[in-house]
Amino acid sequence: MHHSVSGEDAREGMSRRSFLRGTGAAAAAAAALETALASVTEAAAVGAAPQVVGPDATPVTLRVNGATRTVAVEPRATLVDVLRGPLGLTGTKIGCDRGSCSACTVLLNGAPVASCSILAIDVGDRAITTIEGLARGGALHPVQAAFIAHDALQCGFCTPGLALSCAALLERVPHPTEADIKAAISGHLCRCGAYQHVIEAVLAAAEARRG
Amino acid sequence: MAAQQQDSLRRETLPFGIVGASLTQIERMVPAEEAPPLAPNADLSQVGKPTPRWNGEEKVTGAVRFTADIALPRLLHARLLRAPLPHARIGAIDITAAQRHPDVRAVHVILGPHGGGTASVSADEDVEATRRVEEPVVLYAGMAVAAVAAVSPEAAEQGVRLIKVDWRPLPFVVDMDDARVVGAPVVFEKLDVQAGFGASGLVTAGLPLNGNVRGPAKDARGDATAGFAAADVVVEGEYRTQAQSHCCMEPHGVVADWRADGLTVYISTQFAAGVREELARAFSLPLNRVRVIVDAMGGGFGSKATLGYYGLAAAALSRQAGAPVRLVLDRQEEQVDSGYRPATWQRLRIGARRDGELSAISLLSYGSAGVGNVASRLYACANYEESHYDVFINSGPGCAMRAPGAVPGAFALEQAIDELADKLGMDPIALRDRIDASPARREERRLGAERIGWSRRHAAGAETGPIKTGLGMAQSLWGANVQVNSACEVRVLRDGSVEIRSSVQDIGTGTGTVLAQVVAEELGLRAEDVRVRIGDTDFPEGPGSGGSRATASITPPARNAAHQVRRHLCALAAPILGVDADDLEARGGRIVSRSDPARAMAFRDAAAKMRTEQFVAIASRADDYAGFRSRAGDSASAQNDLGGVHFAAVTVDTETGLVRVVRVVAAQDCGRPINPKQIESQVHGGVMQGLGYALMEERILDRQTGHVVNADLERYKMPGVHEAPRIDVLLLENYQGFSATDAYGVAEPATVPTAPAIANAIYNAIGVRLRALPMNRAAILAALAARGT
Repeated sequence: MHHSVSGEDAREGMSRRSFLRGTGAAAAAAAALETALASVTEAAAVGAAPQVVGPDATPVTLRVNGATRTVAVEPRATLVDVLRGPLGLTGTKIGCDRGSCSACTVLLNGAPVASCSILAIDVGDRAITTIEGLARGGALHPVQAAFIAHDALQCGFCTPGLALSCAALLERVPHPTEADIKAAISGHLCRCGAYQHVIEAVLAAAEARRG
Repeated sequence: MAAQQQDSLRRETLPFGIVGASLTQIERMVPAEEAPPLAPNADLSQVGKPTPRWNGEEKVTGAVRFTADIALPRLLHARLLRAPLPHARIGAIDITAAQRHPDVRAVHVILGPHGGGTASVSADEDVEATRRVEEPVVLYAGMAVAAVAAVSPEAAEQGVRLIKVDWRPLPFVVDMDDARVVGAPVVFEKLDVQAGFGASGLVTAGLPLNGNVRGPAKDARGDATAGFAAADVVVEGEYRTQAQSHCCMEPHGVVADWRADGLTVYISTQFAAGVREELARAFSLPLNRVRVIVDAMGGGFGSKATLGYYGLAAAALSRQAGAPVRLVLDRQEEQVDSGYRPATWQRLRIGARRDGELSAISLLSYGSAGVGNVASRLYACANYEESHYDVFINSGPGCAMRAPGAVPGAFALEQAIDELADKLGMDPIALRDRIDASPARREERRLGAERIGWSRRHAAGAETGPIKTGLGMAQSLWGANVQVNSACEVRVLRDGSVEIRSSVQDIGTGTGTVLAQVVAEELGLRAEDVRVRIGDTDFPEGPGSGGSRATASITPPARNAAHQVRRHLCALAAPILGVDADDLEARGGRIVSRSDPARAMAFRDAAAKMRTEQFVAIASRADDYAGFRSRAGDSASAQNDLGGVHFAAVTVDTETGLVRVVRVVAAQDCGRPINPKQIESQVHGGVMQGLGYALMEERILDRQTGHVVNADLERYKMPGVHEAPRIDVLLLENYQGFSATDAYGVAEPATVPTAPAIANAIYNAIGVRLRALPMNRAAILAALAARGT
């Protein structure tokens, strides 16, 4: 049903497993495998023996908000650390740093991912969208405009992640039901309790896109 | 400049009462410099409107800067060494290996033996900034002992691991019941300076300490014994509430930048001005050398009211290192050591006559933050007695959390009142109509009952089938708090642009928006035309965002400062328009003659006539026009309390124990509502936190190890979207004629009644009363089993 991202789902599953699989050489090997999956051009470099990277910083090229950025990062660096640190994209927030609050959500090829739970070296050539890249050409994304109009936030700390998950939902399901929206944001924790206004905002954003 | 000249008063007529129910007018004596009375919201263009949040666009684009987002050149990263034991004496601390780490730039001992010893910090200049203790004692697992600043967070963590501490374990106790037992391990050997809590609030020091129990703090009026003797019906129950964590999505954090010319601190705080004073005191700096900035903060709920050990440590590290230092707690630290709402035990007894009139209330309570004053003050009762005991355990220090005291207090009181109604054969609303004097809550009960469909409420436990439905309601009481002398500046520039400046911070409640609305209303502009610059102690000192006081404290001086600006521009415009300045008003972006609206000029054209490039007015919060009910220093409470009534509709699955809150109707008053949309958001937050408190949240300490076992966001359960009910907010306009805006807070009253409303609805569904929190599946099934269903 979510055909536009189905091709990414498998890759995403691989990424999570590889992240969970372990540390050290195993993680490096998994990372190399992941890179191979992500980009056929790098497959030759993997060869028979797994390429070992780290522990020192190694160059990583990321496609972020339409730009290609190469930064030197330690293999242990998570995507969120690289976004917030060397790339200076502090709109992505760290709430728990262990994948339970979703504040750090970014989009990888349009699919929401907890950027605290994926290593930067595992991202490969997938296109990263952070909250800074959601508004295009100075115009707010309909979800962002609706969040303001419906006051779908208070402190605003969970907002970037929520807005990205909601924007991704509208790509998959242009006319979501309330149940669709609840499912899409069920991993997001908001201590200010903005859920009802978020649902109202996403319904309005879908309506605005239709119009 | 400040509107504090009480000697010169004028008589004014102000709106008074509840719109749609009892709106009338009242005459009050008003300080001469105050702005004229503000009309009811229906007659205004900015105030009372759902104006979009002032920094909404920055928040939805990720541009707004939270503390952890602050990047400064040469920024160092700090981590903390935390105690692995819940109770221990510290013999010695050796920091030399940490100091020798090539990437470590500073090591600061927070809790260590001062004076002598090879690795002591007695020679360290940071001693003034540390807790001065001769025999340092770790009081809980996770207590911060030392801090390390390094060029990266990883290096700081390595530095922390190089610190050697001689821990000397002591016996500990983490359970409140265990702590009360004679012979239990003693947490504090002496407590001679710390103030204690009474059930009605903070009491002065000097209460006796026996073991871990301090008190009693007593309060009484009338003759409770006689009152119970005269009662036709008595209800009595024991209630327990759990420890609740604030779970701010943004962890506590600070960036401290110590320089030769002064200290600048970026911190996630609810009280920028208060933190500046703490820093000045701790480091013996004059206030003009300390600046505190909070651009945005991601939730506080009471836990970010002070500088905190982490703020002190970051400033000390920055001074030592000569570079800015960032210290942000991780999630585990956040859940262990950033405060929590302490657990309580209460025994509440209420006597009533057959007609419902209360004849006596008796309350006995244990806990470490009191149980508020709802039992004493929500309902009229001539005979009242209470005794409260603080109980100390080896856990991180509790702190204020959204409506401290009132939340556990209302859980007991509002169930007891429902139980009383049951015994009297009265409807819970009819009983409250009989014993509650508040006109606001009376109207809220009426509106809420109608909206939720109260007339369809069945008898308790009347339904058959495994899934039962229930309706319940409960009430709120919270002081209308004010920080007197809160100051705000309004300036107009020669191009007609307007700026608001105050140190008051916006913690997500929308303080900046309501300030812009109030100033725009006074100047005849649109809220979006007014630039809001707040959260910076370089500006006039605003109030803390705590005790639901920010709006009540800062909007009146903002309006009064804007009024001075308006008068200045009208005086400039008067000779040009050929009318008297008193005949001019500001509306629609123009200065207009009341008597001859054809005589008018643009606001910006009037500003262009200014002699200097800007005109600045500063005003501070005057006393309420009717005086305050109570006042201590700058902290005061209005004559009238805030109310609030919540209705909850639940389903209870008697086979699984699952409670679903299907719908909540929250009727709320806060004086004059300035921004109904933002208020609605705040009420949603109050309901969701109350729902979490009712059904799932609980900070759990392990009795064997003394550690928090659910110091994360997956095992500490807080409500997500699937737990969110549909919430209807019914907002009263309740004018009192107390100040230039007549606006009061709403954050705390909006969470007080949620849990007891849900508890009363559960009782209505299953016919069994749950007197302990959280009312999770296990608790529901146990309660049903105990009844034999």
